[in-house]
Amino acid sequence: MNSILSIASFTVAMAALATLVMLPPGVAVAWLLARRRFPGRVVLETVVSLPLVLPPVATGLILMRLLGPHGPIGAWLERFGIEVMFTWRAVVVAMAVMGLPLLVRVARAGFDQVDRRYEQIAATLGAGPARVFFTVSLPLARRGVLAGALLGFSRALGEFGATILLAGALPSTRTIAVAIYSYTETGQDAAATAMLAVSATIAFGALLLSNRLATSRVRSS
Amino acid sequence: MKHHTSPLHPEQSTERTYRRITLDFSLRQGTFTLEIHEHIDARVVALFGPSGAGKTTVLESIAGLRTPEHGVIRIGTRTLFDSSAGVDRPAHERRVGYVPQDLALFPHMNVRRNILYGADAGGGPRLDQVVGMLELVPILDRDVTALSGGERQRVALARALMVSPALLLLDEPLAALDRGLRERILPYLERIRDELAIPMLYVSHAEAEVRAMADWVVVLDAGRVARSGSTG
Repeated sequence: MNSILSIASFTVAMAALATLVMLPPGVAVAWLLARRRFPGRVVLETVVSLPLVLPPVATGLILMRLLGPHGPIGAWLERFGIEVMFTWRAVVVAMAVMGLPLLVRVARAGFDQVDRRYEQIAATLGAGPARVFFTVSLPLARRGVLAGALLGFSRALGEFGATILLAGALPSTRTIAVAIYSYTETGQDAAATAMLAVSATIAFGALLLSNRLATSRVRSS
Repeated sequence: MKHHTSPLHPEQSTERTYRRITLDFSLRQGTFTLEIHEHIDARVVALFGPSGAGKTTVLESIAGLRTPEHGVIRIGTRTLFDSSAGVDRPAHERRVGYVPQDLALFPHMNVRRNILYGADAGGGPRLDQVVGMLELVPILDRDVTALSGGERQRVALARALMVSPALLLLDEPLAALDRGLRERILPYLERIRDELAIPMLYVSHAEAEVRAMADWVVVLDAGRVARSGSTG
């Protein structure tokens, strides 16, 4: 029981951290896709959505090649003594990359619903692009951004394929999904079922909140 | 006493009462072409004409929301757009008070925050002066979604005035209002004209309204100036 609670709280903490990590780039990309026409836009859109359709293990493999001790990012980080593979950092990276496409999609829909008129008028009132974004676009798209963040968080909670490749199933990196897999593999059915119940409860709550945000946004507009 | 000229003291700002407005540009938009070559010295200019004539396009070109193909847009000595000199000031640096027909009050801000959004910290008018003149004090803390049509119109006016605009652009400020409200808003516009002495470009398709407000009328038809002259 003790280990179930500690695995659950570790998973929620990592998923929350991953959500914080994916928010700035996710919101930036969502806004870019909703508001700007630029060369490479379609490529960006595709790359961000890729983890949605690639097998999670394949995404994990790509990340491993990048973040491993011989990978370009991994080698660079190693110079500062930062290890990623098989640490909690690997869990966060795997979760963030897998949650990002969902955040971007929902947040982008949020920005799409913001009438450009408000942004234009804000500009005529002397607001530069950054001020327009933070005082008009983002507040008006907040429900979409929040719903997207919650969906990304929910996806992060259940992440398995990329996590197991990047972080393994060590006691220090074990998430709910990885624990369900190892408990089942080792015949600890009661523990697996308990993890399942915890997982379903958290996911249910997060999705419920995300859906409520998404639908009330439609109603209010 | 502040050293800058306050727009609320007309005796200090007579030099801004008559300012030349240069609108000499052309703009293409699909099959529609707007062609205007006007140099106007007037306090209140009315842009008059049927719908689809290009009136709003003129306002949005001045506000920096549309980019002409070529030409010059100048208010007094300030050049906002000059294609041959490569000048195209972004909307947020133009300092024109644009009150669009749809008003576009920020729905996530109350009346006070809307009005203060573009407040010029330097030499702009003070909040209490503007809301006093437009009689908005009692509704400052209300939600903009809870306002009547006339109140919304005055809030949008106040918001544009707080920018301390070099030119006020009004798009059909009375069109959406019923007759009774019109007669109540018009005096506010006249107060802006007389007390703040801010030059105005006023779009309308109602002749009576134009006569009451403007000292110069430009009649647009199908993107061309059909007539331009003084009302007096």
